[in-house]
Amino acid sequence: MSQTRVAIVDDHAIFRAGVRSELESGVEVVGEASTVREAIALVQKVRPDVVLLDVHMPDGGGQEVIRQTLESHPDTRFLALSVSDAPEDVVAIVRSGARGYVTKTISGPELIDAIERVSQGDAVFSPQLAGFVLDAFSGKDEDPVDSELDQLTPREQEVLRLIARGYLYKEIARRLGISIKTVEAHASSVLRKLQLSTRHELSRWAAERDLID
Amino acid sequence: MDERKQLKRSGDGALLGGVCAGIGVRLDIDPALIRVAAIIATFVTGGLGMIIYSLLWLMLPVTPKTRKSEDDFKETSRNAWLIGAGFGVVTLGLLFIFREVGLWWSDALVWPVVLAAAGAGLLWRQFSGPSDSAGNDSGGDGVPGEPPAWATTSETIQPREGSGSTLPPGRRQSRPGRGFGPYRGAFGLALVIGAGVLFLYINGVFDRAGNAALLALTVIVVLALVLAPLWVRLGRNLGRERAERIRSQERAEVAAHLHDSVLQTLALMQKKSDDPRQVSTLARRQERELRDWLSGKTGTEAETSLASALEAAAAEVEDRHGVPIDAVTVGDRPLDERGAALVAASREAMTNAVRYAGDAGTIRLYGEITDGETKVFVRDRGQGFDLESVPEDRRGVRDSILGRMKLNGGFAEVRSTEGEGTEIELTMETK
Repeated sequence: MSQTRVAIVDDHAIFRAGVRSELESGVEVVGEASTVREAIALVQKVRPDVVLLDVHMPDGGGQEVIRQTLESHPDTRFLALSVSDAPEDVVAIVRSGARGYVTKTISGPELIDAIERVSQGDAVFSPQLAGFVLDAFSGKDEDPVDSELDQLTPREQEVLRLIARGYLYKEIARRLGISIKTVEAHASSVLRKLQLSTRHELSRWAAERDLID
Repeated sequence: MDERKQLKRSGDGALLGGVCAGIGVRLDIDPALIRVAAIIATFVTGGLGMIIYSLLWLMLPVTPKTRKSEDDFKETSRNAWLIGAGFGVVTLGLLFIFREVGLWWSDALVWPVVLAAAGAGLLWRQFSGPSDSAGNDSGGDGVPGEPPAWATTSETIQPREGSGSTLPPGRRQSRPGRGFGPYRGAFGLALVIGAGVLFLYINGVFDRAGNAALLALTVIVVLALVLAPLWVRLGRNLGRERAERIRSQERAEVAAHLHDSVLQTLALMQKKSDDPRQVSTLARRQERELRDWLSGKTGTEAETSLASALEAAAAEVEDRHGVPIDAVTVGDRPLDERGAALVAASREAMTNAVRYAGDAGTIRLYGEITDGETKVFVRDRGQGFDLESVPEDRRGVRDSILGRMKLNGGFAEVRSTEGEGTEIELTMETK
């Protein structure tokens, strides 16, 4: 099995070097970029499986990279990596098309695991992101436009809660008595809702982020 | 959508209300021609032009100013004369209207008032221009590279296509008025004073020196006309100075904060660089402090919400033991007595996790606060243990966690799997 090909996009060279050294045991790092423009060129040139994407960059940030490459490169997946825990950042980047969001304090093996997962098309939730999603989908939306997209099923909530508590997918599967595939399916379903739902909380967070840009 | 199709008052290139500029944009004719035509029409129709102008001014929608204000300043020198003349003409027109409708007292008023208006217009344009031209008044041009203090919103700088400005934005280097600034000001002053003198002369104040009240009134009006623009500019200067002062104060505050916190921590980390655990603890504490500071929390006030109290407890345990604890909370409610007990039990659960699984990586706290109840989970990745096999004299878990929860109407559950770690679940109903 060939290794997953990964590109690292971050404006801090030291951070890129650190991530690269942590990743090299598990995946193949095929390129680095420090600006939005470089990142777009890199994606077009080397066609990586997964792009590790910094949320904040001086010339536009991860959102811009996704916006400009997602359509022409549908096979490339994006995993957002950031120091920021701010809900509006997380929600905005996931809504623009990232398959997951992890914070920069994640350990090397966990990051490799997340990259593999994203490259297979699954969703990756850090405990923080799971918490945000639960928060955003809790309570009543005054104006639910699409009730299927605007609500989490009880099972999805259960899965998210366990992620927030620090359980791995295999531990969640065992605990709920379901297969890992089913856990992944729930996670992907939540990701889809996070991206497509019109709930006020999500729209507001995304809008706030757009205003700042 | 072609914006030129609709007649609007133009913010760009407006001398008075922008009506003529707007008509010029609509008809694609130089606004100057429209203005001349309007002035002639005003005289020919005996003031009717002014009524039409006023009506248009009231009724037409306005296109916002899109050109750089700086450019307007560059036009200022040339336009100041036009402004002066424009004020005079408008005043003349208004007087015509008053006369037509019978609101009239004396023809003798016409010239003093018109002259005073023209002079006031000149002075107003001169002194309400760029405030930094005070010392080296070079015709109101100011410093070319420096945007005016009030042009801070970015919208005003965006040139918009199709706004139909007759002058190309940004490239007006010719300064016809350079060097005439002081003369213009003096001329305006002379006009206003002259108008006052003329008024007094016409009213015969100089013949019958007794009419002191009229004299005083005239002097006051003249002074007001002359000083008002200066006063306006003074106010603007003060505002700018204050903004500057606030900015530099903020900068000093940020610098002081960074010095007290970040730089100190960095120095400390260099000293402790042989102890990775301490370095990591220092870094995490600093990060937390910085985040709190950025988000506006002062950090000294007592926690008043359950979620923030849980997060603070996690930070406190992390600090004391140097083991990373990640806290995630969902929902929130005010901190009450039961909440405080829950926080205390959570703190004990985290301390317990640190004690038995501190070397096995990050400890996680997850708190979910809903309407009915609050649940807190503390999970570690240690060796796990069997609660039954814990000796009776080891009271930590039993008393401070299970006992405390029970005492306050909640309950605790300990799940531990050998080799996978332990999770303590605390549940407290909220009333």
